[in-house]
Amino acid sequence: MTIGLDCCESHTLRGVSRRSLLLGAASFAAWAYLPKFARAADGRDPRLVVVILRGALDGLATVAPVGDPDYAGLHGSIALTRDGPHAATALDSFFALHPSMPEFARMYKDKKAAVVHAVATSYRERSHFDGQDVLESGFGGPGRVQSGWLNRALENLPRGERVMSALSVGPTTPLVLRGAAPTVGWTPVTLPQAADDTAMRLVELYSHRDPALAAALSQGLQIDKVAMSDDGMKPKPGMNGVAAMRLAAKGAAKLMAADDGPRIAALAFDGWDTHANEGGPVGRLAQLLSGLDGALAEFESGLGERWRDTVIVVATEFGRTARINGTDGTDHGTGTIALLAGGAVNGGRVISDWPGLKIANLYENRDLKPTTDLRGVIKGVLRDHLGLGDKVLAESVFPESAGVKAVQGLIA
Amino acid sequence: MARDPQGALIALNRFGLGARGGAASDFSSAASDPRGFVKAELFRPNVALLELPGLQTTPELAKAFFDYQAEQERERAAPPKVAHAMASATTETRPDIAKSDAPMADSNPAMQPGSGSVSGTVKSPEAIKPTAAPKEPPQPLNVIQKTFRAEALARLQRANIAESGFVERLVAFWSNHFCISANKAGLERMWAGSFEREAIRPHVLGRFGDMLKAVEQHPAMIFFLDNQQSMGATSKAGLNRGKGINENLAREIMELHTLGVGGGYSQEDVTSLARIITGWTFSGRNGRLGPPGHFAFVPNFHEPGAHRLLGKLYDEEGLAQGEAALADIARQPSTAKFIATKFARHFVADDPPPALVANLEGIFRKTDGDLKAITLALIDSDEAWSAPMTKLRMPYEFLVASGRLIARMPEDAQRYLGGFNTLGQPLWTPPGPNGFPDTNAAWAAPENMKLRLDIAANIATRVGDAFDPRALLDVVAGEAASTETRQTIERAESRQQAFALLLMSPEFQRR
Repeated sequence: MTIGLDCCESHTLRGVSRRSLLLGAASFAAWAYLPKFARAADGRDPRLVVVILRGALDGLATVAPVGDPDYAGLHGSIALTRDGPHAATALDSFFALHPSMPEFARMYKDKKAAVVHAVATSYRERSHFDGQDVLESGFGGPGRVQSGWLNRALENLPRGERVMSALSVGPTTPLVLRGAAPTVGWTPVTLPQAADDTAMRLVELYSHRDPALAAALSQGLQIDKVAMSDDGMKPKPGMNGVAAMRLAAKGAAKLMAADDGPRIAALAFDGWDTHANEGGPVGRLAQLLSGLDGALAEFESGLGERWRDTVIVVATEFGRTARINGTDGTDHGTGTIALLAGGAVNGGRVISDWPGLKIANLYENRDLKPTTDLRGVIKGVLRDHLGLGDKVLAESVFPESAGVKAVQGLIA
Repeated sequence: MARDPQGALIALNRFGLGARGGAASDFSSAASDPRGFVKAELFRPNVALLELPGLQTTPELAKAFFDYQAEQERERAAPPKVAHAMASATTETRPDIAKSDAPMADSNPAMQPGSGSVSGTVKSPEAIKPTAAPKEPPQPLNVIQKTFRAEALARLQRANIAESGFVERLVAFWSNHFCISANKAGLERMWAGSFEREAIRPHVLGRFGDMLKAVEQHPAMIFFLDNQQSMGATSKAGLNRGKGINENLAREIMELHTLGVGGGYSQEDVTSLARIITGWTFSGRNGRLGPPGHFAFVPNFHEPGAHRLLGKLYDEEGLAQGEAALADIARQPSTAKFIATKFARHFVADDPPPALVANLEGIFRKTDGDLKAITLALIDSDEAWSAPMTKLRMPYEFLVASGRLIARMPEDAQRYLGGFNTLGQPLWTPPGPNGFPDTNAAWAAPENMKLRLDIAANIATRVGDAFDPRALLDVVAGEAASTETRQTIERAESRQQAFALLLMSPEFQRR
């Protein structure tokens, strides 16, 4: 119709744009040791997975406050509705779930999944990179530290045996799991390996000339003993981001299901920065959510019996504007959602102190106002699922957060 | 001048792309005058430009892309003669888009040693190479794949033959600073190379403000950060359609390209700059704004009126408003500080010496962002030569340096691209608009070191025993090689093993 839009819209519609945006990274890393849980005596063997959605998830598009009279107007062309051909799934009388997430909806119905709405970290600016830094470091502001809250939580767990199960390597560890507690990575890559003898000679050279590289390489070698046995672990050429998310989850679940597998892991999925053509019940965000939903289902089936003792926390750096922008997308915002899923979750609830979407109630007149501190949610999980104490949580896991109380009753 | 082996190693690794094997005697040249060796390239006319027959302009590439798109559409509209083959050959749930996804999906999954896959994610086609004896004839490359590979090859060949490689390192630095991602869409993949050739290369030794303007007005950046559809809410088009701005480009201009986060701007400034640059778009497929692929300013999209940005009122009309704003942002003290810090961090140390940063920052301000002056000041500084070699070569530098060492001109880009993917630095495809990380911690991670070793071993396998690794160590590091490294190479059980160890030695990895 008008100038300027033709090229971009046309190939977005053809799927190229959406799909290539889905080709974001999916990385997985886990703690290298079996924790000796204080609660092992009661027969539970808890597992915790943290899924970071990089790029800022539109919480209002994922779990839509369809009961809020201002929602439809603000979210405009991409708003979800309770009825129609792609109706959202009602979670209660007020909130409805995006139709691309049937697995999460089923878990919710079974009371094994919950939503926390209008949640945010303590970060109030709108830079992805600083936002992710705060989300993952667990500090009050960005750039303070090169370790993550999950790693510091691990440091406070009694360390058990070293994990010896099948682990391969991936190039990066998400910040949330970086730190002093040793971790391992896995990624579906196949590459012919250097001979052990070459590796040993190199470690020897490094130990004399470059101790830092010696430590890094030794660790990289140690965790690289067994490659993925299952042919289904190899990424297929042309596989889209939805399948990549499932694959990462499938591999992670397989590792975590083993008796000597890691109990605590983090994954990161990229690509949630939906500035343009976000799509409503179908479209770009719908594809991404379908990938996330599939990943949750892979964890459920891959963990088997262990699912019962599992909690998955899904979090993102911040939300997006309540009102859609000029390009049928949303810009960087503040309040958003966090998702909990797993057999150990006390679910079937949307936990929210709903701030409302009247302009005056929005944060800076534009974003969903956060009413719950994400740290409180994570504290609730770490305390009631892994047995960490309030003091450790307030001082070392989330420093200077004594004022943020752990949310009660998240774990069944 | 006395021979300075340590200075030579710094010249070659910290600033250059490594010593070239074959007839070149880079180490000796560098050892006799390390600073002069690095600086020499800076004074060759047009040294940063990359203009080769076959490399097309952004508008030419746009035309080729849209022609390809139209052809695809005609084929889909035609009777479904080959539809069955398509449907079974893809995992896509929507067969109608499968063919348009071809740029992301080669048909042949076989892998060659050394061409691994993207970290934990999906392989881009460059990660995959047809086997020597494929069972089925490989699908011919489409224009997007052909273009990307040709652009990559041109860059790799230039890097392979460059003298010190310092200018190519500058190009890579600025290209990462002002990054776009080829994964955005087919059109962006098509433009990844031309963006760098047109917006980055002409300015790496010119003025920062000129590079900034060239980048933000390049169709590839406008498309990457979604400005092409952004329109003022009270512009003609905005009123007609009830549409408004998209903040993405405006935010990243200030946060990532100039002022830096914490650089003294507010959310109001982001919104204001977004309004100021409404109407900055590019001509598209239908040709209404002229031949496709040119920067265009559309008055109907532009938010009318004066706008306040960083405390200053911009009352210019139209395009001039945004250009005035960009010119001012380029001169902000925060920009000088942000750029000086990032520049020093890339070349010298993760935590660069404060005196060096202050010096570069002062020169940036004094010279109105003269990048040649800043570059020369870096080389002339003492800090740049006395700081210990604590950084690790980025994957791109590592693999290019390996190719230079064996003096083998890249004939196709595939192996390199696969290696970049495996090591987490896929060419022109950073994980986000902030580019690839530039710290030692990001690259010297356990997993990455293990993958580097595997890749080094694979390169060594391919190179075989064509070289004497002991002689190559002299090419790489001369008298600066440590006794331990020399012994490790001499005592290796085979030439291949010795070569892999050489590529992984601190002398080759650190800079």
